[in-house]
Amino acid sequence: MEHYTITVNGKKHEVDAPADMPLLWVLRDLLSMKGTKFGCGQALCGACTVHLDDVAVRSCSLPISEVGDGKITTIEGLSENGNHPLQEAWVEHVVPQCGYCQGGQIMNAAALLKRVPNPSEAEIESAMQGNLCRCGTYNRIKEAILTASKSS
Amino acid sequence: MKNFIPFLKNKYPEDRSKVFVPSRRDFLKISSLATGGFLLGVNFQCTGPKGEPMTFAPNVFIQLDTDNGVTIIAHRSEMGTGIRTSLPMIVADELGADWSQVKIVQAEGDEDKYGNQNTDGSFSVRMFYEPMRKAGATARHMLITAAANRWGVDPSECSTENSHVLLTGTHKQFKFGELVEDLLVMEMPDPASVQVKDFSEYKLVGTDVAIYDAKDIVSGKAKFGADIDLPNMQIAMIARSPVVGAKIVSWNDEKALAVPGVSQVVKIEGAGIPAGLDKPLEGLAVIASNTWAAKKGREALEIEWDLGPNQNYSSAAQMEEMAASTQQNGKVRRERGSFNAAKSSAGKVVDRVYKAPYYAHATMEPLAAIAEYKGDGSVEVWAPTQHPQWARGAVANALGIEIDKVKMNITLLGGGFGRKSKPDFVAEAALLSKAAKTPVRVQWTREDDIHHDFYHAQSAQRIVATLDKSNKLSGWNHHTVFPAIGSTGNPDELHPSNGEMGLGCIDYPYDVPNIRIESHESKGHTRIGWLRSVSNIHHSFAINCMMDEIAETRGIDPVQQALELLGDDRDLEFAAETNNAYENYGEKIEEYPWNTGRMKKVIQTVAEKANWSSNLGQGKAMGFAAHKSFLTYVACIVMVEKDANGNLMIPEVHYAVDCGVAVNTDRIRSQFEGGAQFATSLAMTSAITFEDGRVQQNNFDTYQIIRMPQSPKKTEVHIVESQVKPTGVGEPPVPPYIPALANAVYKLTGKRIYELPFKL
Repeated sequence: MEHYTITVNGKKHEVDAPADMPLLWVLRDLLSMKGTKFGCGQALCGACTVHLDDVAVRSCSLPISEVGDGKITTIEGLSENGNHPLQEAWVEHVVPQCGYCQGGQIMNAAALLKRVPNPSEAEIESAMQGNLCRCGTYNRIKEAILTASKSS
Repeated sequence: MKNFIPFLKNKYPEDRSKVFVPSRRDFLKISSLATGGFLLGVNFQCTGPKGEPMTFAPNVFIQLDTDNGVTIIAHRSEMGTGIRTSLPMIVADELGADWSQVKIVQAEGDEDKYGNQNTDGSFSVRMFYEPMRKAGATARHMLITAAANRWGVDPSECSTENSHVLLTGTHKQFKFGELVEDLLVMEMPDPASVQVKDFSEYKLVGTDVAIYDAKDIVSGKAKFGADIDLPNMQIAMIARSPVVGAKIVSWNDEKALAVPGVSQVVKIEGAGIPAGLDKPLEGLAVIASNTWAAKKGREALEIEWDLGPNQNYSSAAQMEEMAASTQQNGKVRRERGSFNAAKSSAGKVVDRVYKAPYYAHATMEPLAAIAEYKGDGSVEVWAPTQHPQWARGAVANALGIEIDKVKMNITLLGGGFGRKSKPDFVAEAALLSKAAKTPVRVQWTREDDIHHDFYHAQSAQRIVATLDKSNKLSGWNHHTVFPAIGSTGNPDELHPSNGEMGLGCIDYPYDVPNIRIESHESKGHTRIGWLRSVSNIHHSFAINCMMDEIAETRGIDPVQQALELLGDDRDLEFAAETNNAYENYGEKIEEYPWNTGRMKKVIQTVAEKANWSSNLGQGKAMGFAAHKSFLTYVACIVMVEKDANGNLMIPEVHYAVDCGVAVNTDRIRSQFEGGAQFATSLAMTSAITFEDGRVQQNNFDTYQIIRMPQSPKKTEVHIVESQVKPTGVGEPPVPPYIPALANAVYKLTGKRIYELPFKL
């Protein structure tokens, strides 16, 4: 068991965890932050996507020991009141069906827009292909990202 | 257990009427109990004079508060269809409530209070549209009566809007909350006097209404199965039998118990064979302080298994046997005329075999359930279940307690598709909480989910079609074979049930003079369940691909052929030819007829909207299919093309749907948009196979579902206007899509598709 200090959504947290514990379980089990979802455990589906210094990472496959001083942002911390342009666009287009993957989708899209503020459809498809949605909301996700990219 | 298929609505009418038939006697009983309220599944809750809440049970469906709050209970499980929005909005519209202020609360699992909660079989809207209207209308009626009494006017001069009662022609109004105390002393109205609104008066029903949970979902606040936290809760992972029927011979848990955080190892006694639809598999559970420790502990277990009778099972070998069996005579499930006579006088015979694999549900949320076993022998459960009452029963059975000792809370479901009907995972949590003497969350991994599903059955089908000398379709002989759902509970069930045969097989609608439909024997070697549209998946694939091939052989357009073969507008009946075996999704066929005119209308609509052409050219092609399932009529046209690199792309999908009254048009469209994506996975990327009794796929690398770049780019949904009783839309998008895509691919490539998933 090691001791770590990590910064999540601008706040420092002290945790005791084995070095190989994925960030996902640190967030969910040790810090009780349930917005980040478990989907596959192998970085295949993107449900667990968070930002590490503004870059989208799969928290299910990122050991706590690798986090270091990096700033972690989760879906709960993406915006103050759930009013990030992507979150607003997601509501406007009524993207979610079951909703389980959508936090990860939004975090992945937010990292994309930081990198490429006005992505083409092809760029969106390429950037979002690691995020699975079993309900099949892909087209509304794409529309919402385009809407958000125009509004910001 | 025989023929027990929960996705088909059962036929007992009391299921739907139990909580909705108002009775003066019951009203009086309740009002003498407490502060007021009434039956009809409607209860007014208010706050007492000193601020203390005044409530009573059962509080079902509607609560009005003195501060003008309107709360509507959602009693069906939300797995992505939008039902948690679509039923309450019917109540709100009838009531005249301010929808933006309505609060929705999820009902606990209790069918005595809430009526049927089994969210399956696309029947929520079908079953509850009228009761919800009546519930809302009754509350509106009482509010209007109360206001009219205060004003001394006739109730006909009053109406409701935005949670107010208005007096026509004046500016007078009452907030709903101001009338609550009047309601508490009011008698239930005579149900005959309560009029529901005309469809044209609705402001929400028939429009696009956004889902209630959208904001919570996008901000990470929505609570799914694994998101409930309880004090002192431990996490369990279970090493389950790798082959269905396997039993544990011995184990060594020394290394598992040495993992920091692991507290306990507990054996779960599995059902063995038959595995059953509601029992846990045999397994060894590792209980720990967190998920990661439980997982590492599980990896450190050493278990010796007696693998049992399925240890040599190969799905590929069984598929060959199944396909071969279709060359023999089977059990006749429908007969019209003489197929043999048609065949012996035929000008042409088209004879094809179609194969489709096992599928796993792969909901994005892996199974998880939380249970807290209490000292008094009761248990409280939180679970993403489609069927709360069944889960309650499974928990009660597993613990040997009465069902009323099980309190069942339903979270949001991160996808369901039929998997979360089965309560095996809920029973696991209850057993482990009892053993651990703490609250326990049982957490499935993705690998657990892929390995231990209740699979959609693999199937082989052979269709023999005959054309007479004048080029008319004269004979249709459909052989179908697939392990039955019933085999999971009873190994002696070797044929599909009437229910399964009624899913797009014996209800073949085309006007062909000679029809013979047969089923063949196959054994179950795993747990067979139901997946979004169930046997319609493979039946529609084979039938619609064959119809396309017949049209080509006849040299006519497949859309024209479908319209021609549906014949005159009329109601079909299948009873005589099937020996009364057609179940019509649990509904009387007089109430929900199979009408050829409605099917022709969706076919004509989709052809027109998609600009149907059987020969697009320029590297593009369209495919067509039509299939009624779950009492909803659907026709589908899929367009395909090759991109610059020769990869298949799906630029456009068109659906036309007649689901009767369209309640929430946005959620109808979203089910079809998603259905096209879901079915693309079934058609092109997903398959479960078994060797040595074990599932060979593990995670999304080997059990693939479609990703954004390969998915259909645009799905247009054309909703046919209808005032017929509404039917569901969760499952009906899937069946016609797969053959429409396969037929389009044939047009583009010249290669007929006979096996799913197809690779290009």
